[in-house]
Amino acid sequence: MNIALVEYGAGNLPSVERALTRLGVESRRASTPEMLASCDALILPGVGHFGALMRSLTERSLVKPLRDAVASGVPLLGICLGLQAMFAASDEAIGDAGLGLFPQNVSALPPTGRLPHMGWNQLRRVRHSVLLEGVPQDAYFYFAHSYAALDAGEAAVALCDHSASFVAVLEQENVFAAQFHPEKSGPAGAQVLSNFVRRAGKKQ
Amino acid sequence: MSLAHRIIPCLDTDGERVVKGVQFVNLRDAGDPAALAARYNIEGADELVVLDIAASRDHRPTFLETIRRVAAELAIPLTAGGGVATVDEGRAILRAGADKLTVNTAAIRRPELLTSLAAEFGSQAVVLAIDAKRVGDHWEAFVRGGSVPTGLDAVAWARQGVECGAGEILITSMDRDGMRSGFDCALTAAISRVVNVPVIASGGADAPETFLEVFREGRADAALAASIFHDRIQGLGELKRYLGEHGISVRQTG
Repeated sequence: MNIALVEYGAGNLPSVERALTRLGVESRRASTPEMLASCDALILPGVGHFGALMRSLTERSLVKPLRDAVASGVPLLGICLGLQAMFAASDEAIGDAGLGLFPQNVSALPPTGRLPHMGWNQLRRVRHSVLLEGVPQDAYFYFAHSYAALDAGEAAVALCDHSASFVAVLEQENVFAAQFHPEKSGPAGAQVLSNFVRRAGKKQ
Repeated sequence: MSLAHRIIPCLDTDGERVVKGVQFVNLRDAGDPAALAARYNIEGADELVVLDIAASRDHRPTFLETIRRVAAELAIPLTAGGGVATVDEGRAILRAGADKLTVNTAAIRRPELLTSLAAEFGSQAVVLAIDAKRVGDHWEAFVRGGSVPTGLDAVAWARQGVECGAGEILITSMDRDGMRSGFDCALTAAISRVVNVPVIASGGADAPETFLEVFREGRADAALAASIFHDRIQGLGELKRYLGEHGISVRQTG
């Protein structure tokens, strides 16, 4: 299977690569529309600023190829800012359009708890989740973010609470995403990546 | 369900090897950073900090290689720093595999460095490290490995640093560093009260009770220690079980 990490300058790409290597999964980096178009599965890593990510994807002409890949059924996993990029827009970069795979917006977490939401937190599962199969209910995952999707309709399969209730895992057909960093979340995170790879290997 | 309190082993290095000393002096070799990182990754550390306490310019490539070697061992977050004075130096540290970087002396000289780093990498990647010592009725920030007083009030500086863009504070009590006499809970609580970002307490770690104190009384979000972990005086799993039994939310592992 041909798994590609979308390369646009995301700081956590090497960490995701290493996490896959530990699972015995080979991946490559895709930085052009042609490379994106020839993959069996895609991972969109992300850390930093929503506007910077979208500008970076736009400069590399990767926005439409990413949307096309998703529309053609290629499994996509978004990580952290990669989850946020799947939405229509974000409070973090007013005026910059996201990938628009989900119609809602990403919001700033209210400052009632310490921000950034940084550290290990647990999930509240609300629907069956492919990514969380075999992961203990009380497992902790590593988060580092100040913005979050507060609503993703039926696609929200697990939530997390910090200042507000927000989407921690979303799944809809071939689109998967985690607000936490599976590549930094120890054995539980490795299970999530492994579940995505397994799902990506099954043609639907 | 709530955010877990983090336990963070710290690797003070000379750029290449882990070193340790008491109150920043009398340094001696304490092992290979990558080997220690691999051990802590398995034993349940929530994060790892690796610092270049020598932080000399000509040593920088060696330290970047150390970061790469350490990051390769980890499935947990890594924070690295030591002498970071520019955005480019910060970028080099993050590219080498760190998730966050610490800034200390250069930010005191130019607080706007925090703003530039946050704009470039996001606040979640910028940790303001403050070395503080009790002076009269307050705490003063020191620089250059704790040898030079700045005249800055440590608590006020923490607040200003967050306003400038820091996403986390690493507060080290130089009075307690290496003394195994307990964290400075009053200092940690004073900072925790005035900022809304996570606060990591450092300096003075000893028995599990000292961690319980700094989480309860010091209102710390994370606690950092070095030699008690390096020397196997305190096991990470045992420490976390103790904290869990005393009502502190921690990520239990293994």
